[in-house]
Amino acid sequence: MTETAAQPTAVVDDRAPVLSVRNLVKHFPVRGRGLLRRQVGEIHAVCDVSLDLHASETLGLVGESGCGKTTTARVLLNLQPATSGQVHYQGTELTGLSRRDMQALRRDLQIVFQDPYASLDPRLPVNEIVAEPLRIHGRYGDGGRDRVRELLRVVGLRPEHGNRFPHEFSGGQRQRIGVARALALHPKVLVLDEPVSALDVSIQAGVLNLLDELQEEFGLSYLFVSHDLSVVRHVADRIAVMYLGRIVETGPAESLFAAPAHPYTQALISAIPLPDPRKERARERVTLTGEVPSPTAPPSGCRFRTRCPTFADVLSETERQRCVEEIPELRERGQGHPCACHYAEGVSLL
Amino acid sequence: MTRPDARMDSPRVAGDTVLEVDDLQVDFPTDDGLVRAVRGVSYRLGRGEVLGIVGESGSGKSVTSLAVMGLLPGSARVSGSVRFRGTELLGASDRELSRVRGRQISMIFQDPMTALNPVYPIGQQIAEAIRVHQDVRRGAAVEQAVELLDLVRIPNPRERAASYPHELSGGMRQRVVIAIAMANRPDVIVADEPTTALDVTVQAQILEALETAKQETGAALILITHDLGVIAGQADRVLVMYAGKLVEAGTVEDVFYAPRMPYTLGLLGSLPRLDVRTERLNPISGSPPSAVAMPAGCPFTPRCPLAQDVCESEEPNPRPTTSDDHLAACHFSYRLDGMTPGDLFRPTSRDTEVREGPR
Repeated sequence: MTETAAQPTAVVDDRAPVLSVRNLVKHFPVRGRGLLRRQVGEIHAVCDVSLDLHASETLGLVGESGCGKTTTARVLLNLQPATSGQVHYQGTELTGLSRRDMQALRRDLQIVFQDPYASLDPRLPVNEIVAEPLRIHGRYGDGGRDRVRELLRVVGLRPEHGNRFPHEFSGGQRQRIGVARALALHPKVLVLDEPVSALDVSIQAGVLNLLDELQEEFGLSYLFVSHDLSVVRHVADRIAVMYLGRIVETGPAESLFAAPAHPYTQALISAIPLPDPRKERARERVTLTGEVPSPTAPPSGCRFRTRCPTFADVLSETERQRCVEEIPELRERGQGHPCACHYAEGVSLL
Repeated sequence: MTRPDARMDSPRVAGDTVLEVDDLQVDFPTDDGLVRAVRGVSYRLGRGEVLGIVGESGSGKSVTSLAVMGLLPGSARVSGSVRFRGTELLGASDRELSRVRGRQISMIFQDPMTALNPVYPIGQQIAEAIRVHQDVRRGAAVEQAVELLDLVRIPNPRERAASYPHELSGGMRQRVVIAIAMANRPDVIVADEPTTALDVTVQAQILEALETAKQETGAALILITHDLGVIAGQADRVLVMYAGKLVEAGTVEDVFYAPRMPYTLGLLGSLPRLDVRTERLNPISGSPPSAVAMPAGCPFTPRCPLAQDVCESEEPNPRPTTSDDHLAACHFSYRLDGMTPGDLFRPTSRDTEVREGPR
């Protein structure tokens, strides 16, 4: 596989990222019910998101439903057009590329979807499902059959089972088939959109081990999108936490778990029950009230302030004013990693 | 959230047992054959106790509770015994059951949208639940409904009582369902995956609301979930189910710190942890057997690293292990003494078994 010449990006980093996202914005129109279906509003799904994904690294993108993590993943693969912002893959700008121009790059950028039941064509045998990307890119040719067998072996399945149909496999095995299909064209970047959340824990563990091995073997970069912080902690080198379309905190996994600085990250960590009765019952918690506001009218200033325990219980009236008026920038605030809170303070929760 | 007093509440004293399930079996005839969903489950629920039932999809944990509530479809074949305060519920007429259901035993389902009626305001639905079982005037019932909404921490309960389910978020709806479940001060609340459809921060709030419901009513709680973390935080005792059978039972401490069934140990080993950085997980290879073609012997045999010949021929029944109340259904449970998941299960990444026949 040949490396495309990496062009210098604007971001200063010790290593040039494989994939770099800058100020990505995605709005969806909300249309009225009338005959004309006039646009009556906008859903602010992704707001000013910047990310870097380096070679052979896993970046975990976490957040609750509706926070924009899946939209971010889809927009950065150009499966949906961005409203504004840039996505660079090894120096090539992806946003605004035509389908044809994008097709060559699709070899390098692949995705594994959440639902292993919906993402595989039930009428195709597994061999054909895995062969499809090879055929589309004109690479099936003579060696295609062997390549498909090899791929099934690589994802921990038996190549002899390739003539079976998806319904004959368990959820975990179907997800492996999805991974095999994604690997067919020797990609560099895999976007994994909640790849294990539909699976039972005993099955999920095997798929996570597999992803780990594949990354080592093929030097893959993963963007791992998930709502499950325990899974993300297990797989990710770095983590970005999203809330209502914005990244609120990001950093190396160890640093983020050792001293989460954003009240939302703290609440997320607190909310996940530990499978250890003594520890779980003795924990200190940051609990939230209410639920995520509508992304059609996100709160001014800090989007988290309507649920923020610090805002509600700790801050003075004048301090709160700042949360209402000023959008907190995602930057280093003395916590060892960037955080988007005016009053960030690292705490130990585990 | 420690409840030391509740744990002292031993269910062994007969007068303290509110619910007794004995050798419960549930079969569903299907075109593919007889689906054996529940295969002989027995347990007792003590007054005020929180009993967690944990298991993966298809383990029979939900069907067990639906059978207890008499909510299975007519095609289901149910046998065994379910006694609520000594009264047999299996085979009771719908009329008799209706007197118990919603009043003495109430249920919280996973999906609050389908549990609520979309065309009535929530206050009215709670009031209806009260008036079906209690002789109170409409006004008084509505007043109680508002109090219940307040208890489960719905802001502005008086105004909210006039809202329709679709106007509420998922978490709010689940609170309304909890309010209905506690409306008649039941003795038992069955919560079937009450937080599975919700985000984690909302899950934490719902678990708090459940705790409130328990304290206000003094009800015992059956908490069905696949989330071992939720069990660790909430339950006094745990039942682990696999392939329609109870494979381990004990206090949370027994089950989490000294599991005596390889499946339980495997489950604990396959969990990625938030509090410890893990390198490789130890999955349980293979998948659960088909409920249509249940093998002879222990259903966990094909996935079990301890399996011997006897496991293939003879299905073990739950037997006492570390104490009389800590049961495990395994011929070799004594061998798990001091074992960690990594001692038994390999950190494999392969998954090659393909089951023949229908899934």
